[in-house]
Order: sequence, then structure tokens, then C-alpha cells
Amino acid sequence: MRVNTDLKKIASLLIFLLISVLISSCSTSPDQGEEQGGGNLPESFAFGRIATKQEIDSIDIDIMPDGHGLPPGSGGVATGDSLFALKCVSCHSGSGPYAKLIGAFGDTVKAKTIGNYWPYATTVFDYIRRTMPFNAPGSLTDDEVYSLTAYLLFKNRIIDSITVLNSSNLATIEMPAKKLFVNDDRKGGKEVR
Amino acid sequence: MKEELEELNNDFPAARFNRRSLIAAATATAALALFRPGNAQVNTNLLITDPTKIQGPLPGKLGSRSRYENPEKKTSDTSSRTPLQDLYGMITPSDLHFERHHGGVPDIDPENYELLIHGMVEKPMVFTLKDLKRFPSVSRIAFIECSGNFRTGKETMTAQEICGLTSQSEWTGVMLSTIFREVGIKPGATWFLAEGSDAAVMTRSIPVRKGLEDGMIAYGQNGEALRPQQGYPARLFLPGWEGNTNVKWIRRIELSDQPFMTREETSKYTEQIKDGKVRQFSFDMDARSIITSPSYPGSVEKGWLEISGLAWSGRGKIERVEVSTDAGKSWHSASLQQPVLDKAHVRFRYLYKWNGDETEIMSRAVDTTGYTQPTLKQLIDARGKDMGGYHLNPVTAWVLKKDGRVLFKPENWRG
Ligand code: HEC
Repeated sequence: MRVNTDLKKIASLLIFLLISVLISSCSTSPDQGEEQGGGNLPESFAFGRIATKQEIDSIDIDIMPDGHGLPPGSGGVATGDSLFALKCVSCHSGSGPYAKLIGAFGDTVKAKTIGNYWPYATTVFDYIRRTMPFNAPGSLTDDEVYSLTAYLLFKNRIIDSITVLNSSNLATIEMPAKKLFVNDDRKGGKEVR
Repeated sequence: MKEELEELNNDFPAARFNRRSLIAAATATAALALFRPGNAQVNTNLLITDPTKIQGPLPGKLGSRSRYENPEKKTSDTSSRTPLQDLYGMITPSDLHFERHHGGVPDIDPENYELLIHGMVEKPMVFTLKDLKRFPSVSRIAFIECSGNFRTGKETMTAQEICGLTSQSEWTGVMLSTIFREVGIKPGATWFLAEGSDAAVMTRSIPVRKGLEDGMIAYGQNGEALRPQQGYPARLFLPGWEGNTNVKWIRRIELSDQPFMTREETSKYTEQIKDGKVRQFSFDMDARSIITSPSYPGSVEKGWLEISGLAWSGRGKIERVEVSTDAGKSWHSASLQQPVLDKAHVRFRYLYKWNGDETEIMSRAVDTTGYTQPTLKQLIDARGKDMGGYHLNPVTAWVLKKDGRVLFKPENWRG
């Protein structure tokens, strides 16, 4: 039956075409339309302006785990102790309402603390300078932040009482909890993890 | 006023009065309608306060909810939760979108808003809000869910209390890929820092891969500008990723070759798993569902009832939702309201004839990766008894009591 085989050929060709159209439309655009400007995307729109170095420096406040971004200055445990009593203890004391910050690695303290949970010392500096004290965020000087960091690391039994912290030694401190951290590698699928 | 009257007169010839006389007349008529004599026979409910005999208020500048509807977020010091049990469909009204922030809601004048992009880029650049809006725009309906979105503990808990830290909007903005193309990302840049301009100066490290895939700087929500509580005037939007990474009030993006290890990705938003390990950078929100009707504090009557709820997955689309009406012994496919979108809440429904006996109803979501929403027990088995409170998406059960009450079935794991 010639006609029939021809019809079959045409039909299978049509199905092939249909499938390839479906596949290509699936792979190029998810159902919420990501193709932009009708494919007319220029090399550059020339919107916005180049940032100056001063501009960047004025808000580039983050500290990286390798110490990149740490400012000049220094601070030690004793100064940190009195600053903490003055500006932090009302909220972070044993009976205060907010996070317990002190509890050395291996202690029986149940709360997650800088000593038993935080993997990087630089995060302590970055976070305190960024947003503490809660009632006057961003009000501390760099020296004060170094001192408070030193005090908190000392109380968590990570550094001794005479260490003075600065931009060259803070990032070298090994935090005991670092070894606990693993990256999420779940990808969906059947398994529950 | 004159213009307004003329306008009124043009398309509404009956309005030959000014506003005040119209309203006065309406009130008088209303009084008459209420005290009309001789209505001996009792009529349908519709005529108790017969609205057909009163002129209603004139068109207004802003719409409002019916005074009989009072959905509200449930607030705490750190968050406010969407009243899932009061909503229909899949969109969360903007004023009911959940809130979670770490330093309050900042007040940002859009005229002064700027987004700085720097670090490992060819051209460090600053974009004003106007600049951002000049780029090609994209809209996308998707949910945002806080990864700390699970509460349990007592029978009298609402869907809002159990898992109200998820909401869905249509977000509009410029794709991050468009912006990244404009500044030119240097080879080797694999992470970027997103920083907010709230009092927490919130920061998260995000893989560049995600930014290029479907990241967006959003300035629109459900057809209007973002609400301040959702990041006005611009926020990062990462479909399917834990709420905290969708940094609101975004002011700065810094490209780098490593993560920044901020407090929110070390001390917080990490979870203990087995063997004392701590899992970090758990970005994707796993598939989850919850029946929102019937649910506490609602009640049921014998006979047919529509079981309805929301299902979603941060890893793709919802493939199916299964409902059990016999405490998990048997499961049935629910129908899914179209369109079923990627990384979006979908409304599911299942018709059930309740015979009046006490039973448990529950739902479980299956997504396109083949993942099935687990029970709390499965999560504990997988992560250990000390598992952290983030990324918990257990099956939620409601108990239908003989007297028609609907109660949450709490399961506790922290002795
Ligand atoms: C008015 C109360 C208050 C004061 C004063 C205060 N804090 Fe805090 N602190 C908080 C709150 C609230 C948080 C949690 C913020 C959040 O939700 O992210 C916090 C969090 C922290 C954290 C992170 C804790 C963790 O486990 O992640 C550190 C570190 C910290 N504060 C240090 C300090 C230091 C140092 C000072 C003094 C300079 C200080 N705080 C003063 C309220 C306060």
C-alpha cells in the first residue's frame, strides 16, 4: 500500500517537526517569557554612570574571610570588656533578651554562640560594625569594633587576653566551628536529606 | 470640583447635585427604606438591610476591602505572617505579603536611590531607579518563602501561624543578566554580595550562576511599585530561593571569586544536620504544600466539602499534589488550578464527602525533580534529632473532629 507508507512518512515527519518545535521552544523560553526586546539587545544601553573610587569606598564596608576590607586600627580585650558593659550587655547579658554571644566550643551551652558556631572571625567584625548596637546601628569606630571583637573572641576562649586585633591578624584566627560546615549539595529528586 | 462635577454630569445624568446633597438624599432614602410600613411578611435575607434602596458612595481614588473582611498579618517582633487561610487563588495581596527583616523597614526616597555594582567587573557602575526602569523589563509570578517558615506546638494553630512566611506576587524588574552584561563581569567572578540599605545593612553571598539564570532587580509588585515592606524602591528577587537571599532595599552588589561569609549565611540561615555537621548555602526551597481550607479555626459540616490549599517548589513546577483523608493511609491526586508556574504557589483542590467520623486530612506536594514533600519524621530521620529550624517543609495534617471543629495536628521533635 504505497499511499499508506507515504502518509506514514509524512505523518512521522510532521511529528518530528512538532517535537523539535516543542523542544526548541521549551529550551529557549520558559513559560514566563525571558526573551527581551524582541531579540534586539544592544551591546550596551549606556544607562547609569561609572562609579568613582571614592563613591565605592564610602559604602564598600564588607570584610571577607581572608581579611580583605579590614580597616586600619586595632583593639584589645580590656577596652572591649568595658565597651561591652557600656553598649551591649543590656541586650546580650545572660538574662538579656537577645542572642547569647558567649559559649566556648565543646562547652555545654545550648545556644549557638560565636565560640561554638561561627566559622569565621572576620564575620564578627563585619557584623558588629555593620549593625550593632541594635539601638544605634553603625555608630562604633573601627577601633571600638576591633576591641569588641577581641573581647568576644577572648570570652569564647579563642584568643588570649593580651592579643590586640588589627587588620593583619584578625583573619588568621582559626574558628573551631569552621570544621563543622558543609555545603548544601542537594539537587531535588527522590531523596530526603 | 467643577471639573469633577462636569465629568459626573457627562456620564451620569442623574447626578445633577453636588456631592453633599447626593449623600444627604441617599441617607434620607435609606431611612425611609428601613422604616417603610406595612411590610408584614418576612422577606429574604437580602432585604434585611436592603442595599437596593440606598445610593452607595461615589467612585473613590483608592479601593478598599469590604468592611466585613478583615484579613490581617500576624505580627511578632521579627516577622509578620500572611493569613493563608483567608485567601483564594495564588496571588497574595501586597499588603498581606509576609515580612521578615532584621532592622525594620527603611524609608527610602526614590529620588535618592542608587544601586552600586562593583568588584570583579569591567565597569563599576551606579544606577538610579530611573536607570533601572529604562532597561528591558520582565514580569514573573513566583513565591518568596522564608526558610524559617515552620511552627508547631499546639492544636489551635492556623495555617498562618504554621507556615505564613510564604507569599506570592507578580514581580517586575530588570533581569540581573541584563545589568551584569552592562557592567561586564570579569572571568573568575563566581559570587556576588547583595547588600541592603536597612539598619541591618543585610548582606548575602549569591552564586553568579543564579544571578545569570533568573535573578532580577525588582521594582514592581502586583502591578504597582514595591511596598516598603517588600524592599521599596528595589530589591533582589531570586525565584525559588530562601527569602533572606532576596535582599530588600538593595544598594550594592559586589562581584567576587568567593563567598563573603556574612553573618546571615553562617550564624543564621544554616542548619544542623547529622554527625554535628552544619549545612550552609541551602538556597533552594523544597517542595511543600498545606491545606488552607478547611483548617483551624474553621469548621466543617457532614457532606461534600472542597479541600483546598497551596503547593509550591523552589526547584521547579509542582508535578502533582496528593491529598489523604484517612490520616495518610491512602492518597488521591488533587486538581491543580492552571496555570501551574515554575517556582510558584499553585492552588490545589480536592472534593471530599465527609461522613462525620473523626479523621485526619493532609496534602503532599511532588515537584518536577521527583521530590516528594516529606513527613516531619522523615526529616528527623534524615537530619537527626538536633536538626536546625531552617528548611523544614513537613506534611501538615488537620484533624476533623466529630463536632466539626478542625484542629492542627502538632508533632514535636524537640523534647
Ligand atoms: C538594643 C539591644 C541590643 C544592643 C544594645 C546590642 N545588640 Fe547585638 N543584637 C541585638 C539583636 C536584636 C540581634 C539580632 C538581630 C537580628 O535579628 O538579626 C543582635 C545580634 C547580635 C550579634 C549576632 C548574634 C548571632 O548569634 O548571630 C552580635 C555578634 C551582636 N549582636 C553584638 C553586639 C555588640 C558587640 C553590641 C554592643 C556594641 C550589641 N550587640 C548591642 C540587640 C542588641
